[in-house]
Amino acid sequence: MIKSLDPRITRAEINLENTIEPLRDLDQWETYEVFHQKKRGDQHMHVGIVHAPNAEMAFIFAKEQFGRRGLSVNIWVVKTRDVYVSDYEDSDIYETVPEKNYREAGGYKVMDKINKFKKGL
Amino acid sequence: MYGNAYIDPNDKATAMTAGEDPKKLEEFEARIARGEKIEPMDWMPKEYRKQLVRMIEQHGHSEIIGALPEGTWITRAPGFRRKLALMAKVQDEVGHAQLLYSAAETLGKSREAMINDLITGKSKYSNVFNYPAYTWADACIIAWLIDAGAIINQVANAKGSYGPYCRALDRICTEESFHLKYGHDNVVTLATGTPKQREMVQAALTRWWPPIMHFFGPSDKISNHTEILMRWKVKMATNDDMRQQFLNMYVPKIWDLGLTLPDENLIKNAAGKWEYTEPDWDEFKRVVNGGGPCNAERLAVRRNAEERGRWVREALNTTESKYIVPLA
Repeated sequence: MIKSLDPRITRAEINLENTIEPLRDLDQWETYEVFHQKKRGDQHMHVGIVHAPNAEMAFIFAKEQFGRRGLSVNIWVVKTRDVYVSDYEDSDIYETVPEKNYREAGGYKVMDKINKFKKGL
Repeated sequence: MYGNAYIDPNDKATAMTAGEDPKKLEEFEARIARGEKIEPMDWMPKEYRKQLVRMIEQHGHSEIIGALPEGTWITRAPGFRRKLALMAKVQDEVGHAQLLYSAAETLGKSREAMINDLITGKSKYSNVFNYPAYTWADACIIAWLIDAGAIINQVANAKGSYGPYCRALDRICTEESFHLKYGHDNVVTLATGTPKQREMVQAALTRWWPPIMHFFGPSDKISNHTEILMRWKVKMATNDDMRQQFLNMYVPKIWDLGLTLPDENLIKNAAGKWEYTEPDWDEFKRVVNGGGPCNAERLAVRRNAEERGRWVREALNTTESKYIVPLA
């Protein structure tokens, strides 16, 4: 038995030569993606993953992992395998025309016309 | 908290890019040179993946094992506030391991495989945690100076090229700043306290100095191997540069407290570079390879935790669980 400097370890009566079966697949469960909202009105932000056997446990782990300091008002968890993702290899699908002024506020300047019109009155 | 990843200096540089598609390799390197991050589903050279898995995994193991020497003093922390703070710090370290394991998982190694490699001794973790925390002052020195070293390493690595690792490190660094302040506060309390307290913190500092000097690892041979890792932004600074940075930031703070360091040759030379007695690298290798005072205990405790928790994990598992690699 280990006689440790740590009384908790001595109390646990651990054999120094313990051998164990290797962890099998899914021993650590599947993963959930975690979305954290810092305060009301903010977007939920993706902050990482937790391993969990079900959504309720995923929530408990996520609260501990991502909400234990600072502000939190809400957390969502969703199974990684339920997230539909696009592939970086296909990032050309986001390519667009270089000039997209027509769909931005800055693309519309009317004051010149108005001023010119007023002068002409 | 953490230590530097131990990279085998004998890895063959030429083998690092052997068999890779030259066009893809060129695009990959150009992306990194532009300062863009690599994400999990991107093409990457096999060696990039391998080195990152090893590095992030070792970092994760270090956080988990590092909780053990510090946890030693939870039951006997002097005062309620320090006990709360130490519990919070130890919990943070375990949380860091979770973040790091997740980052390594995105590269394709499962958490089960990482834990198996840790408990069988196949994977390494930071060497400093193979030393015991004899007194409360040891826990204080760890919290201040080991975490300080870790921050230097982590801040550098957070500017690396692999997105999930950088994101994990950003979160970790924020938390480490509390650890550092907490550790400094404890050391200052002892160093400005009674003669007995001063004696205690000096003894702990003297004990921990050699492991601290080992912390960043031996001098890197400037090989093609290191050069490629630095070009790929896997390794962000040489071990010697990080050691210099550490000495520059912390030796004056230690001397300010009237504490002494057990190295007569430690001095900042006219060129602004720290000179010191070369650490005993044979001792370092001996401890990395299992010969340290606590290696056996650390791993036995980990195995015990896995074994005694197994029935709970199995009872909670459902047959419909299906693992896929996490997204980010």
